[in-house]
Order: sequence, then C-alpha cells, then structure tokens
Amino acid sequence: MRISISINGVKHDADVEPRLLLVHFIRDLAGLTGTHIGCETSICGACTVLMDGKPVKCCAILAVQADGSEITTIEGLADEGRLHPIQEGFWECHGLQCGYCTPGMIMSAYGLLQENPDPTEDEIRHGLEGNLCRCTGYQHIVDAVRHASRQMAAKAVKAG
Amino acid sequence: MADYKWPEEGKRKYIGKRISRVDGPHKVSGRAKYTYDLNRPGMLFGKILRSAHAHAKIVSIDISAAEKMPGVKAVKIIQGPGTEIQWALDEIAAVVAVDEPTAEDAIRAIKVVYEKLPHFVNEQNLDQVPAAYRRQPTEQTKGEPDAAFKQSDVVTVEGTYGNDVITHCCLETHGLVAEWEDDKNVLIHPSTQSVSSIGQELARALGIPAGNVHVKMDHIGGGFGSKFPIDRWGIEAARLSKMVGGKPVKIMLERDAELAVAGTRPSAYAKVKVAATKDGKLLAWDSESWGSGGVAGTGMPPYPYVWQIPNAKTKHFSITTHVGPQRAWRAPNHPQAALITMSAIDDLAAKLGTDPLDFFIKNIEMTGVRANVYKDELLKGAEMIEWKKLWRPRGEGAVGSTKTLKRGLGLSIHTWGGGGHASDCDLTIHPDGSVEIKLGSQDLGTGTRTTIQIVVAESLGLPFDGVKVYIGDNKYPPSGSSGGSTTIGGVSASSRRASIDALNQLFEKIAPAMSTTPDKLEATGGKIQVIGDPTKSMTWKQACAKLGTQPLTTRGKHPGKESLTSAGVGGAMMADVTVDIETGIVKMNNFVAIQDCGLIIDMKTAESQVFGAMIMGIGYSLYEEKIMDSQTGRMLNGNMEFYKLPGLADVGNFKVHMMTGKGYDERGPIGLGEPPTVSPGAAISNAVANAIGVRVSTIPLTPERVLAALAMKKGGSNG
Repeated sequence: MRISISINGVKHDADVEPRLLLVHFIRDLAGLTGTHIGCETSICGACTVLMDGKPVKCCAILAVQADGSEITTIEGLADEGRLHPIQEGFWECHGLQCGYCTPGMIMSAYGLLQENPDPTEDEIRHGLEGNLCRCTGYQHIVDAVRHASRQMAAKAVKAG
Repeated sequence: MADYKWPEEGKRKYIGKRISRVDGPHKVSGRAKYTYDLNRPGMLFGKILRSAHAHAKIVSIDISAAEKMPGVKAVKIIQGPGTEIQWALDEIAAVVAVDEPTAEDAIRAIKVVYEKLPHFVNEQNLDQVPAAYRRQPTEQTKGEPDAAFKQSDVVTVEGTYGNDVITHCCLETHGLVAEWEDDKNVLIHPSTQSVSSIGQELARALGIPAGNVHVKMDHIGGGFGSKFPIDRWGIEAARLSKMVGGKPVKIMLERDAELAVAGTRPSAYAKVKVAATKDGKLLAWDSESWGSGGVAGTGMPPYPYVWQIPNAKTKHFSITTHVGPQRAWRAPNHPQAALITMSAIDDLAAKLGTDPLDFFIKNIEMTGVRANVYKDELLKGAEMIEWKKLWRPRGEGAVGSTKTLKRGLGLSIHTWGGGGHASDCDLTIHPDGSVEIKLGSQDLGTGTRTTIQIVVAESLGLPFDGVKVYIGDNKYPPSGSSGGSTTIGGVSASSRRASIDALNQLFEKIAPAMSTTPDKLEATGGKIQVIGDPTKSMTWKQACAKLGTQPLTTRGKHPGKESLTSAGVGGAMMADVTVDIETGIVKMNNFVAIQDCGLIIDMKTAESQVFGAMIMGIGYSLYEEKIMDSQTGRMLNGNMEFYKLPGLADVGNFKVHMMTGKGYDERGPIGLGEPPTVSPGAAISNAVANAIGVRVSTIPLTPERVLAALAMKKGGSNG
C-alpha cells in the first residue's frame, strides 16, 4: 500500500506491506533509530512517539494506520540542535542510565506536560506509568519532569 | 617517584561532586546508537528457530522449503538430528533474509520432528523433586549447632523461605551485528558487558586468531550480568555472515526468547532453624536449602548471610531443571541469601518480642570487620525512615495503619566485594593541549565514561570538558568486563596512573623553561605552576606546545603501584510498606538505602546506581517471577504483560544516603552495581511480616501469596 507519513516535518512516501508496524517505518524506512522497541507488545513504552500531537506506542500501530498523520520522534524535539527543556531535564536531573527507555519516556513526558503543564509528583508518576525503565530508579525521572515543567513555565512567561 | 594517591577532600574539584553524565545529550536526543539501532550497509536479518519442547531429541529437520523462499539468503542448522535439547526455546536453526518478516516466514517453514522426553521445571517444593533431578547434597558444620539448639536458655524459630527464579529483562534484548571485513577478519557490534574479552571467545569458536576479531559497542540497553558471553546466536551470526559473503547480519532476540533463554537468576529456598539466647544473642543456625539455575543446578548461597553465627549447619541440594541456564544477576547469590537469612532472623526477633533494629545492633559484632559501618548505617537509616516513631511490634500495625490497610517496617543489611578489574588505558596529551584516553571498557549506563573523564580532568587540573574519553572498542588497551562491581575500581585506578605519569613527563619537559625542577610543579586550574606560587606559571596550552610535534602517551594499568581501590562494602536498607489485607496488594511508601562504596567519583551517577538497584529490588520482591508450566515445560509469562516490572506509580519514595568522608574515602573507589540490589527482598518481606503479623514465605510477595498467608494466620496454624 502507498502511504505518506510526515515525520518531524519531513514527508516520507512509501509502498509498504500492510503488516508493517509504524515503529519499523520510523526506524527502518525513515532511519530514525532513536525510537526503540523494548517489549514488542505496547507495555514498556520505549517506542512512544507523538502522532498528531498525542503520545502513542508505535509498536502496536500499523504504518498504514498512520497514513497522512504527523509524527514527532525524539529526534524532532530539539529546536535547531538546542535541547528541549524536557531533554535538558532528563540530562540535568539524571533521569536516565542506560538510556534505552529514555526517548519513549521523554515523548510521554511531552504528552503529559501538554495536557498538564504543572503536574504534581503523583500526577507525573501516574502520567508516565505506561513507560518502564529498568535502571534509573524512577525518582530522577520525576525530578526531570518537574524541572522541565518549571523551565517551560519560565520560558512561557518570558515569551508572553 | 610518582604519587598516585587520590587527592585530599579539600583539594578535589570534580571527584565526589554532582556531575551530569557526558553521554546525556546523546541519550536524550535519540543520537546514542545501541546495537539494536545499527543499520550497516547491505545488512541482512537473522532469526532463530527455537525448540518447542523443554526436553526432546531432534529426530529430523527439513529446511528445504525455507531455503527456496524469495528473500531468504541462508538457512543453517544449529543443533541437528540426534541432539538432545535441554530447555524450551533453545536454538535449533537460523535463517538470514532481506528483512525481519521474511526471516520469520522462513523460520515457520522449517519442519522439525521431535521425540519428546520427560521434563522437570518446577523445583519450589523439595519433596516433589524427583531423585534424578536432585544432586548429592553438600553439608557444612561450624561450632556445635546441635548442642546449641538444645541449650536451656534458647529461643528458636523455624520457617521456610524462598526466592523464585527471575529474569534480567534487559529493555534492549541480547544480540549483535556480525560482518566479515575480508576472508579472515570479522567485525562484531554486540550488546555486551565484555568489550575486551568477548572477541576472544568468538575467535575460539570460529577457530581464527583473536586479533582477527574487532569488537565495537557504543551503548548498551541494560545487562545486569546477563550479557557477558558471545552466546550461540553470536557465533552463529558470524557464521551466517560468512555464508552470505561477509554481509552484515543482525540477530536480536525476541522478547520471549530474551526472557526464556537469556536471563535466569537461580531460585533459592530453605527450611531454616535459627536460635538466640533469651537475652537476644544470636547462637545457632541450621538450614536445609535447595535451588536451581537450570540444567546445571546451582550452588549454595552464603547461608547464614553476613551474620557469623558461631554454631551453624548447612545442607544444600542443587536441583537440575529443564529451564534456560542461569546467568549472573546483580550480586549473584547475595539477594537470595539475604532474603532467607534476614527473614529468619527477623522472625526470631519477633518471637523474642524485640525490635529488629535493636536486635541487629545488639548482635552487630557478629557481622565481623564492618560492624561499625553497619551500625552507623542502621542508625542513619532509622533516622531517615523515622523507625522509632513509626515501628510497632509485629502484627500491631505501624503508625498510620487502619483496619484494612496495615503498615509495616522492615530492614536488612548486605555486603559485596568489588575491587578493581584489570584495566589498561592509553592517555595522550597532544601538543595543542587536547587530551584523550582510550580503553576497551564499556559504559552499562552506570556512568563509566563520565567517571573516567572526571578522574583525568581532576588529575591533570583541566576543565572537565578538556578531556575526551574513548571506550567500547577491543582495539583499545584491554579493560575488564563490567561485572561484580569491579569497573570503577579498575578504570579509575588505571586512568589515574596514566594521568599522573603523563603529567610527570610533561613536568620534565617544561621544568627547565620555568627554571625549576619537575618535582616543584603542579597542575591546577588549567595551568602548570610552581607549587603554591601562581605567579610562576604556564598555561596548559603553552606547556603542551613544548612537546613539539610528538604527542605524549602513557599507559596506565591496574593493578599497579600503590593501592587505589579496595574490596568490601556494607549497606543497609529499610522499607516502609502498606498492605491491603482485603486485596493482598503491597504498596511501597518509603524505601531507604544507606550505602558505603569507598571514594565516590561522581555523586550523581553513584546515587543513581542505588536508586536503580532499589527499583529492581522492588521488582523481584513484589512482581517478578519466571513462571514455568509443568505440563509443557515452557515459560508461561514470556512477555512483559505478565512478566511484570514495577512502573513509576509502584515504587513509592526513595531516599539514598552515601557514606563518605573519613573511614570511607581512603579506601578508593569501589563498585556499586551489586550491593544495593541485595537487601530489598529481605527489607520488604520483613516490612510485610511486620505489617500483617505473618511471614509470606516466598518472594515475589504477590497478592495471592499475601492473602494465603493471612488465611493461614486466621486459621490459627501460624499463631
């Protein structure tokens, strides 16, 4: 099937098998390997990307279902090479160790902060419970999201 | 004579500070490349056909249909007819194809005829283990345990405790890309904990010189002790690549295979009898234990753990099962030993009507050389978790309990060796002032790159970003595998020695120009100056320019002169939980870790290691269990829906305190990967027993097991 998917603002047209998963379209066809696969079954969230602005686990979506949509991956988050405040937060607060879950975790955090720019610790924990990490201890991920939330609010004030 | 000693506390610019990891920007932006992310030119994909049975003889294999499929480039039998398979999902045959779906289709087209043989996969109950699967027991006795238990002034408890098999469940599964650069030389990109040694293993298997294997790895998505060997799929990937003319072949395990064959922490169960005098001094231990790590069985964890009980008797049965073989899992054998020992001792304290914190401290001399460390840590932990304010005797419910929500506190202590692995490194100072260091080490996410950079920058008096670290290549000077918490000791010592030697050579070059002698110089703040006299100085760049055109390179080694690292640490953990006695669900409230690891190089990455160990600990204490089906011999939960890991909402609040300063720093850096993974099972199990008034014998403490223990208590059989 011929489909067209925009990834980080770049259009990708391809003739794909109906069984191709969106995550493979992103990783293999578009060559954007920051989006990972962990569990293969939409449990761990390592494959989280934004589809039309909302976080989705793209290991459980067929590429053909994403035809015509706008996808943002971890590679599309930084603005002209400047890290997004969430990315800065994960670095500064040590919200990662091996880093394999990190892109998905950051994309979910992005979705959470879009809906709730000033989440409480409890809201962060529940908002990100669809993303699993095996090595950080999570506490620093919570700190990273709070850090990002503060930075984004400060930026918004400045811009406003 | 060079002085390699670590700088004194007041003179450290980076060591022990909170420094953000150097690979952070790559990892948060998706630029860090893991093995799984590699897409080499012309790359093909390998898939493996795995055994459907736990124990079977292969009668025949027909690969003809698979070979004829479009897009299939090679098919290879790994274990042929006549082979006796010993665990489900073992490797039978492999396919290489143009893409993953084609390879999967081809795998399904291979026909294998098996002759099924009897299997055994569940060893939880010793009485039900068939004799053929039970090895001759090993027995040890110290002191006079039989006589001690018969003394008139003793209080004794008996109990059965256990740890089920768990897996490593790395988020990036095992695998590699293998390609032949020419007829003789192979390049592999494995997801490995052993960059410097994994190539030797592959060379032996392929019958080629070790120097003909090139190993490269930038980043790894978790290992936890499971990613040392080349593994059969690694060897086969290299052979398959050769079959397709050297083209890169990528094989990554699927999640079900990852859980079934690439990660097993052995089980451990024990019937324990432990006694103390009526006034609360530990006196005697007697355990009959068993466990399995698959087809090779497993040795006895160190019972009794940490406590050097004067009279002790142990008997251990190694059980063989048709389960994927064991791999090292953070602190092999220690978490199991801690759960069984600390639970039994906690039960004893409860029977004596004593607060376990007091009981531990009263007996602390029995922990040996680290008694003072443990004591300090227990007191610190008690303060952090408000033990004395919240704790109530077993079954009464800690402060804050309600009729159905019972709160409890529990504790445990642990130890680990560490020490530094062998490590060589090459440090180069270029005439333009830039500095690089190369070593065949790997960063498992623990921050190895960052810590090496800290050591070199500190030692040369340079800004942190004035140093470049290269690791992840076996063509660099060899450094040990990252296991057993030995990496920081090895790489920090070798890079410290290389730095000091390089600096001394540089001093020799420039001393005449500064009208002094090399021993009068120091490097600090990006300058080289006469010690204590900033007016007589030269910038780092000016000094390096004196090298002319030839860069200065030094080889640092560990072990070497002067002791820069050591082995042996102690830690304590305390858990505060709430148990819903209607549902059996255990909720973590607070979890406190107090850890000693010698001199800390980066406080940020060190603390993170402890936090990470705490979630893995909550995982194996409450959720994780490799559930084997007795009927089919296969893993029932070979996926992440039912092999459960804790999520962000499951873990509660963590507090970590690192022991530093006098008495700790002078021992040099000691690894942290293992120690804090040891105590969680015991601390959480003890907290649950404290909350609900009865021991849940085996971890994970699932709701079903909690409710069963409560029902037993109600039935009166357990008080």
